Amino acid sequence: MTEDVLTSGAVARPAATSHRPARGARAWIARSVPLLQAGPLALILCIFLLLPMFVLIVVSFFDYDSVQIIPAFEFTNYTDVLGSEVTWRTYLNTFRYTVIVWAVTTVLGFTVAYVLAFEIRSKTAQMVLFLICTVPFLTSNIIRMISWIPFLGREGLLNSTLLKLGLIHQPLEFLLFSDFAVVLAYTHLYSLFMVTPIFNTMMRIDRRLLEAALDNGAGWWRTVTSVIIPLSKSGIAIGSIFVVTMVMGDFITVRLMSGGQSASVGLMIANQIASLQYPAACANAVVLLAVVLMMIAAILRIVDIRKEL
Amino acid sequence: MAATVRHYVLLGVLALFILFLYGPTLTILVLSFQGPDGGLTFPMNGVSLHWFHRLFETQAVGDFAGSLRRSFTLATMVMASTVVVSLAAGMAFRRKFWGAGPLFTLTVASLIIPSILVSLGVGLLFNELGLDPDWYSSAFGAQLTWTLPFGLLIMFAVFNRFNKAWEEAARDQGATPWQSFWHVVLPIILPSVIGIALFGFTLSYDEFARTLLTAGSDNTLPLEIFGMTTSVTTPVLYALGTLTTLFSFVVILVSLLIVRLLAAKRAL
Repeated sequence: MTEDVLTSGAVARPAATSHRPARGARAWIARSVPLLQAGPLALILCIFLLLPMFVLIVVSFFDYDSVQIIPAFEFTNYTDVLGSEVTWRTYLNTFRYTVIVWAVTTVLGFTVAYVLAFEIRSKTAQMVLFLICTVPFLTSNIIRMISWIPFLGREGLLNSTLLKLGLIHQPLEFLLFSDFAVVLAYTHLYSLFMVTPIFNTMMRIDRRLLEAALDNGAGWWRTVTSVIIPLSKSGIAIGSIFVVTMVMGDFITVRLMSGGQSASVGLMIANQIASLQYPAACANAVVLLAVVLMMIAAILRIVDIRKEL
Repeated sequence: MAATVRHYVLLGVLALFILFLYGPTLTILVLSFQGPDGGLTFPMNGVSLHWFHRLFETQAVGDFAGSLRRSFTLATMVMASTVVVSLAAGMAFRRKFWGAGPLFTLTVASLIIPSILVSLGVGLLFNELGLDPDWYSSAFGAQLTWTLPFGLLIMFAVFNRFNKAWEEAARDQGATPWQSFWHVVLPIILPSVIGIALFGFTLSYDEFARTLLTAGSDNTLPLEIFGMTTSVTTPVLYALGTLTTLFSFVVILVSLLIVRLLAAKRAL
């Protein structure tokens, strides 16, 4: 129908079509242009996200032995994953990392965002400082992890300083290759993901609200807890989604910073991949995906982030 | 009085945070100039460029030059694709279109699905299709699932603040949609487009997890660096860290300079 209009319009008024297509044709173009513009994004995400996730789910039902993957439809991989005590302990450890890192990055990210948004008065200084905080995010994560070695190691800067000051008599062993190092590295890598969204929401808070709180006799702390925190909730939620998903799925930080002494779900999957147990790794991956999606659903239940988007 | 004290305490927190972000990187920058007998920690055992020289001998590190070249090419490919695809999709989302909701959900999902899952899935997909994974095919696609959502979210932020009056003025003067995009919209949003390019380039250049199972037989630079962390115990590791970090800083500075120049040109 619309194409009829397009062609008849083109035949009837050939000179006009190039500048002013007929009404039906214009509507048709108006509808198809966004589809063409969004097409490449949809295509790439279908091929490199949707399809791979589908393959992941299919392979998770496959059978395997020491040399090959055998197409099948069985739940053995899932019963293996869910029935193993190692899985539960690994999940528990990963949750522990996630909760600690989330708490630390939320407090740190909120404080830094608050200082940037409300304590720095000059617009230029604000932008420059925000950029300074953003730049490390654009450099290599692995290098940023390695860079803790000379600081935290047995003979590292921290230990030798503490020894020299006489505060300790033995080098502290727990600094590097430990849970402490893992949490520190996570905080170092991911706090930016908290700072940026919280800073964004804070910049949109109407400053007159703060003056109103002050005029009504609220002190600084009361203003922060009763005005700024509630109004920054969506930023905190977005930052939390980033931090939670990144820590839940991470394997490289745990491997490098714990020195192979701690486990995480991501590391468990990576190890299964390394020993070519693909169906087991896939079943594990599907469980992880379900857990992560449930955690995000829980965050979205508590905080409505739609007004941010 | 209390307010002034609080102000400076809070500024101190920000200063400490910045020190926390940059301090460790600065230590490896200093330590990469260790003398030939120096180790992985302080004290400095002389000052030299020894470890930078070692970096370029192929036996010291796997294939540093080759992986650098691959990472640079891949980052450029990802940057160009991210800019074009997210710019186009950003324009699309300004209007209602069929499938806009599901596409948005898919884009957000792309951001929150753990990288290792994407890596594993893409690797298996290529395997099932009988294709060899390579850095320019499977790794390229896997990295785009990470850079495109960022690009699109930046476009959303841009168009939320965009004043449509400029476009309407162009249309009233008889500009075609393409002319109004090319001569009006694009120049206005160009600084943000450069931001997307910067994100696309650096996220790809440093990406590890999504490349791990999709790069095939040839390593990218982050894979090469990761391999070194388990086998290399000399400051050559720091030399490599210093070089890649400096390279990232140069890329960031150049993009910021371009944005500044554009702003200055507009002010004239």
